[in-house]
Amino acid sequence: MYDNKITSVHLDVLKEIGNIGAAHAATALSTLLNKKIDMKVPKVEMVSFDEMMDLAGGPERVVAGIYLRIEGDVTGSMFFVLPVEQANRFIRRLIQDESFDFQTGEVSEIGVSAMQELGNILSGSYLSALSDFTSLKIYPTVPALSVDMVGAIISFGLVELSHVSDYVIVIDTAINEKDVRNVESVKGHFFLLPDPESFEAIFKALGVS
Amino acid sequence: MNTQGQIVKVGIADMNIAKAPDKIRTSGLGSCVGVVLYDERSTIVGMVHVMLPDSSLGRTEVVNIAKFADTGIPAMVEQLKIEGILPFKLKAKIAGGAQMFQFSSTKDAMRIGPRNVEAVKEYLKKYSIPIIAEDTGGNSGRTIEFDPTTKLLNIRTVNQGVRNI
Repeated sequence: MYDNKITSVHLDVLKEIGNIGAAHAATALSTLLNKKIDMKVPKVEMVSFDEMMDLAGGPERVVAGIYLRIEGDVTGSMFFVLPVEQANRFIRRLIQDESFDFQTGEVSEIGVSAMQELGNILSGSYLSALSDFTSLKIYPTVPALSVDMVGAIISFGLVELSHVSDYVIVIDTAINEKDVRNVESVKGHFFLLPDPESFEAIFKALGVS
Repeated sequence: MNTQGQIVKVGIADMNIAKAPDKIRTSGLGSCVGVVLYDERSTIVGMVHVMLPDSSLGRTEVVNIAKFADTGIPAMVEQLKIEGILPFKLKAKIAGGAQMFQFSSTKDAMRIGPRNVEAVKEYLKKYSIPIIAEDTGGNSGRTIEFDPTTKLLNIRTVNQGVRNI
């Protein structure tokens, strides 16, 4: 399935999935923060593990990463990755505490909990939109949070897949935070990594074979 | 000689050899394990970035031998032999094998870090390669860099600073 039969139609279908999922998630984020959030056109790429890290800013980039597994008709891994500075700003806004910082020794529990909830809401909106669109049953596990190097975080989600492949098909949707005073290019990413055997189910559900 | 040396990079599920004054580095180790093999009297060293414990877990033909502990370690021992380093002289330093996420479930797949460490140790033992230093487990990502001249393994983490082993 993985290497030979993917056509441009398939890629379009996967892009549409990234589009619908991330659009709902970005709307949820925007509502939560009462802030304008821009979404980029999704990218669907087949990349090596090392290239996957580069998509997220390089293996040593420090991020707040939310990870969850997807079970059901489609299985796979999902990440919501925010550069740690941006995560700090989001959480400060959410818990109204300007001193909050993920990179201090003692991270306040309420901040961690807020980040987990943020991950919960965003991944929930992404996946329920995806489920509605495809009529596939999708059950996410409880999201887990880690603030660390992106390489260390994402490689965990590649473990399952690395049993069968050295490449990964990633549905990558980047989000931008618009600020009037300082225009930022800092991005968060939604990464959806369906397990290799799940592509069949996705394509079938959308009438592409 | 007045050379500063380059940094030889090792990617995920990858391996490489470095010669002094170059150093060798792998970035963002999570559940993966970085294995450095060296000989005290040589300035040629090898590093493997192990992602999975056992190639029999792979459901396809093994293409990338560096990915697994059971194929990556023997392959590196062979490569160093070609460089003139005899297996019985080898020593090892290892780092990584963290659990990046705390799940309530104790499913095997979630324990991949500790399993990688166990497998690496098992295969080093098979070759009677002593582990001189290790920094494994925990729940922090690591970037490691080995200096073939000093034989020190530099370990950088986000939350626990830098140390040499």
